[in-house]
Amino acid sequence: MEEIIHDQELESKEYFINMGPQHPSTHGVLRLVLSLDGEIIRKVEPHLGYIHRSIEKMCEHDSYQQIVHLTDRMDYLSCHINNEAVCLAVEQALELEVPDRVKVIRTIIDELTRLSSHQLWWGVMGMDLGAITSFLYGFRDREMITDIFEETCGARLTMNYNIPGGLFFDIHPNFQKRTKDFIAYFKKKLPEYDTLLSNNVIFKQRMDGIGKLSKEDAISFGVTGPTGRASGFSCDVRKHHPYMAYDRVEFKEILDTKGDCFARYKCRIAEMWESMHIIEQLIDNIPEGDYKVPTKAVIKLPKGEWYQKVETARGEFGVYIISEGQRSPYRLKFRSPGFSNLSALDHMARGCKIADLVAIMSTLDLVIPDIDR
Amino acid sequence: MNNEEIKQFILDHVAEAECMEGSQFLQVTIPAEKILSLASELKANPNTSFDYLFCLTAVDRPDHMEVVYHLKSTTHNHQFVLKAKINTRENPEIETVCHIWRTAELHEREAYDLFGIKFLNHPDLRRLLLTDDWEGWPMRKDYDDPINMIAY
Repeated sequence: MEEIIHDQELESKEYFINMGPQHPSTHGVLRLVLSLDGEIIRKVEPHLGYIHRSIEKMCEHDSYQQIVHLTDRMDYLSCHINNEAVCLAVEQALELEVPDRVKVIRTIIDELTRLSSHQLWWGVMGMDLGAITSFLYGFRDREMITDIFEETCGARLTMNYNIPGGLFFDIHPNFQKRTKDFIAYFKKKLPEYDTLLSNNVIFKQRMDGIGKLSKEDAISFGVTGPTGRASGFSCDVRKHHPYMAYDRVEFKEILDTKGDCFARYKCRIAEMWESMHIIEQLIDNIPEGDYKVPTKAVIKLPKGEWYQKVETARGEFGVYIISEGQRSPYRLKFRSPGFSNLSALDHMARGCKIADLVAIMSTLDLVIPDIDR
Repeated sequence: MNNEEIKQFILDHVAEAECMEGSQFLQVTIPAEKILSLASELKANPNTSFDYLFCLTAVDRPDHMEVVYHLKSTTHNHQFVLKAKINTRENPEIETVCHIWRTAELHEREAYDLFGIKFLNHPDLRRLLLTDDWEGWPMRKDYDDPINMIAY
């Protein structure tokens, strides 16, 4: 027997496998081609475009009001924030000042969106790592926010509430009460999240020290959002370039220095507390007033270019509009956070095992329509 | 650095740069051949240290192509827009900056895919969003797609 082992030289050869496009942990149609040496990842190559709709080209023929409705088809978990980015860019170009009431409502809606996105992320991340309970918990709690949104804007997915100049409708009479009920409820539930996953030994071992990203690399790759902040890259747009009511509320920018999966996980959990803190400051202080300022039926921006960035649940979302004075933009570019965050995946996953790649992808919180656009 | 100092800094390195105060950012247009030397200087010089490229995209103009770089420094917190002008639409070529800002690698592949701008010395310049056998550059203004026509 010994002879046989010595005779045959055990060869290890690099080989390729496809992860996706229909892999449960890629959260959509992302295809990764992995170069493997045994189970060690040598290279990750993303193949994109399975749901590319060329939204940027469509925008070149649409009016600005119509463009707003395309943006929530990209990052559908940050839909209100994406819509707001386009509205802000248009308002900035028209030099339109929206009423205080709009600013406060938009900020509350933004933070509710962030909360619901992080809840969903927490649920699916637990499931990626083999804990089905978290999935049920996450969706159970997210349901309350979805109900608030349904009452506010009439939809549960691809929601539209922002328009250039303000909001579609005023808030529902129940809005404040339901939001406060939700905050009171979720404040009790969020510590349960910690009990279930954050302090779980198996979970920690799969996250601690995995998929490290240094601060320099995070900046170079343009990795933003909780992912970038977990590496120590201070990139919160709400702090650096405050928009809407963010300059009048008190909140902390969550920063970590370790840059591994567990740091990214902790960042998002801490952000949920901050989001609730922001909503609490505003929910009882919604000023009276109009919920929109009238705009022309056909909005024509002056000649020029504008760049508006906002902080979505995934990071810095940018809208770059070049206008030639027509009813449609000459060129419109969406800088999606997922696209830049994905570019760092190869760098983070090299040398890890396949199971670690699942953890890394989960903590990047990729939304594929946002990447493909 | 304020806009005036950034302007002076660039004019010192690229004499033919055209500067324009936009409504938001300072916009600087330079010839495409100068991009690599200027970009490395902007990143490496401690006074500018533009280390964060937050948006890279291309624009198709009637007689030329533009590659637009939105740059920010995380240490000095200043930002501006750099535009590299490629004087031809036939076979546009420009040096890659993905060795300076690594995020450029995917963004440049996207610009190549949709606009047909060739990024020289790019490590892996292939189509990104479209299939490998796609013909034409869809984001160009003169792109004609008879199958997926959008009617107005």
